Amino acid sequence: MSFVRKEFHHIFRDKTTMAILLLLPVLMLILFGYAITTEVKNSKLAIYDPSNDMATRAIIEKFNASEYFSVVELLTKPAEINEQFKNGEVKMVVVFSEKFYENMLHTGTAQVELIADGTDPNSAKSVVSYATNIIAVYQQELFKVQKVPFQINPQVKLLYNPQMKGAYNFVPGVMGMILMLICAMMTSISIAREKELGTMEILLVSPMKPIYIIISKMIPYFFLSLVNLTTILLLSVFVLGVPIAGSLFWLIVLSLVYIFVTLSLGLLISSIVNSQLVALLISGMVLMLPVIMLSGMMFPVENMPVFFQWLSQIIPAKWYIIGVKKIMIKGLGFTSIIPELSVLSGMGIFLIAASMKKFKFRLE
Amino acid sequence: MEEQNINPAPSIHCESLSKSYGKVEALKNISFNVEKGEIFGIIGPDGAGKTTLFRILTTLLLADSGTAIVDGFDVVKNYREIRNRVGYVPGRFSLYQDLTVEENLNFFATVFNTSIAENYELIKDIYQQIEPFKTRRAGKLSGGMKQKLALSCALIHKPSVLFLDEPTTGVDPVSRKEFWSMLKKLKEQGITILVSTPYMDEASLCDRIALIQNGQFLKIDTPQNIVKQFGNALLAVRSDSMSKLLKDLRENELTKSCFAFGDKHHVTIQDSAFKIQHLKEYLEQKGHTSIEIEFIEPGIEDCFMELSQR
Repeated sequence: MSFVRKEFHHIFRDKTTMAILLLLPVLMLILFGYAITTEVKNSKLAIYDPSNDMATRAIIEKFNASEYFSVVELLTKPAEINEQFKNGEVKMVVVFSEKFYENMLHTGTAQVELIADGTDPNSAKSVVSYATNIIAVYQQELFKVQKVPFQINPQVKLLYNPQMKGAYNFVPGVMGMILMLICAMMTSISIAREKELGTMEILLVSPMKPIYIIISKMIPYFFLSLVNLTTILLLSVFVLGVPIAGSLFWLIVLSLVYIFVTLSLGLLISSIVNSQLVALLISGMVLMLPVIMLSGMMFPVENMPVFFQWLSQIIPAKWYIIGVKKIMIKGLGFTSIIPELSVLSGMGIFLIAASMKKFKFRLE
Repeated sequence: MEEQNINPAPSIHCESLSKSYGKVEALKNISFNVEKGEIFGIIGPDGAGKTTLFRILTTLLLADSGTAIVDGFDVVKNYREIRNRVGYVPGRFSLYQDLTVEENLNFFATVFNTSIAENYELIKDIYQQIEPFKTRRAGKLSGGMKQKLALSCALIHKPSVLFLDEPTTGVDPVSRKEFWSMLKKLKEQGITILVSTPYMDEASLCDRIALIQNGQFLKIDTPQNIVKQFGNALLAVRSDSMSKLLKDLRENELTKSCFAFGDKHHVTIQDSAFKIQHLKEYLEQKGHTSIEIEFIEPGIEDCFMELSQR
């Protein structure tokens, strides 16, 4: 117990580190939620509307009203479309077919072409999906008023994240990252620090069992991660507007299992290295990079070469992020996260066993 | 060797300990005994193997060969037992710098399943000196006070054997004196103390010493005996140009060995018929001025230098 108290003293007295640890989640969430997103606001839009009827005008009005677009140019002939892209002034050109409204009334379908600037595939994708959404909304409104099943093509339906909000994707990712950072990095550093300072020598030459040394190292960082978990969830619900669709209880259970995995990972690192710097580098490079790159947080795992897909299977964050998305975003229940829970538990048990075995009760 | 037979249960017993780090032999065939309640000094320069020896005896390292028994327990087989009953102060200051004096002491007390109150008598003399600063962070203490705190922490569980690895390195002379008088008091309580130091002047404060160099013991004896065994006459010499003097003295055929010792050179002379006058004339010939020559009593350092020459 006094060992745990001592660990808390270490953490609380190092004010800078503690401030970083507590503010990091806030900072990252805000960074990922706002700055680094694929959300595109106020995209410039050009429109070629040869029909100029009540339907197209209504749709253009909707585009203009949306926070994602601002219509900057009304084109008069198709040749101008390429011109617009060459100048790089617009993100997308919306081309209505001729006799748009007439077609809709008579045949029930109408064509609208969305031409986006493909040089930036991410934003192009977003822009296109915003646009299709806006058109879909109009279509629905029209249906309510006229009770005629009109069809405006193309139509893409996006599940769970109709506006492709970046936060939906990043909140689970940031959770996976922060918890990994705090648990793995901080436990490995704090044990490496004992080795570096030479206090580990004294602790070893004492009746204290190594397992107690380990456990008392884990407990404070466990609490710290709980604080961070709470911060992240509060921020994402109240600031980023990402609701917790599923059960909060299972979300926390899943997080606890993940925290356990990352703590054991930190222990394993610390039993291998002898200095704080190496502990930092290993947890920074070897843990953080794969979490960012391979967990599916930034790049979809399905698009990776087979080798990396295999590699991503052993990254705990990947399973955690999938699980969090299932519960938090999709609102699925416990049964849906059984695979993730069992994989993470398995990893945790394996890692803790490995680090117990690896822990040296002598200096070499 | 005779002493072993008189007292069959030494506090520390080592037999032909060897340890290498790769190609570097840190310890070569070390054997020695330390009796109960003895202050045993390991004297030698940095890198001689002192810390390695301490780590083997405190169960932190495994020797490549040889056996060691501390307080009746084998350092390999019964390492848990040893960890319960020895106190260890590593060479570097190894306490928590961000905890206060009192928190450090409290922490180590609980690590050893005891409390400050329980063994206060033992550490009272030492701890009282730092008690006025008990709310100060350990990192902000002076070198001498850090050492006292480290000693208090190592004594908190009333160990039977105390291992002090270079406890006075980086400590001011006054604190060093105090520190040694504290060790004397602990010895009176029956605690065996194994202490290492690079300072030769501290050797005479031990009951027995072992001179160590390059992982080998040069000699094990009482400081008095070691000094007595210094067979030759010893001179302290100085002049106006000390570096030339060293070279000239070494070239002199009467000189057995000559080393720089602070502001004087210590010269060992083999010839018993030697007269100071002869050497003075020789040095004057070489052009030295303000020459001072005197016979001196050898110290441990002279013995060490002589032994390491063999």
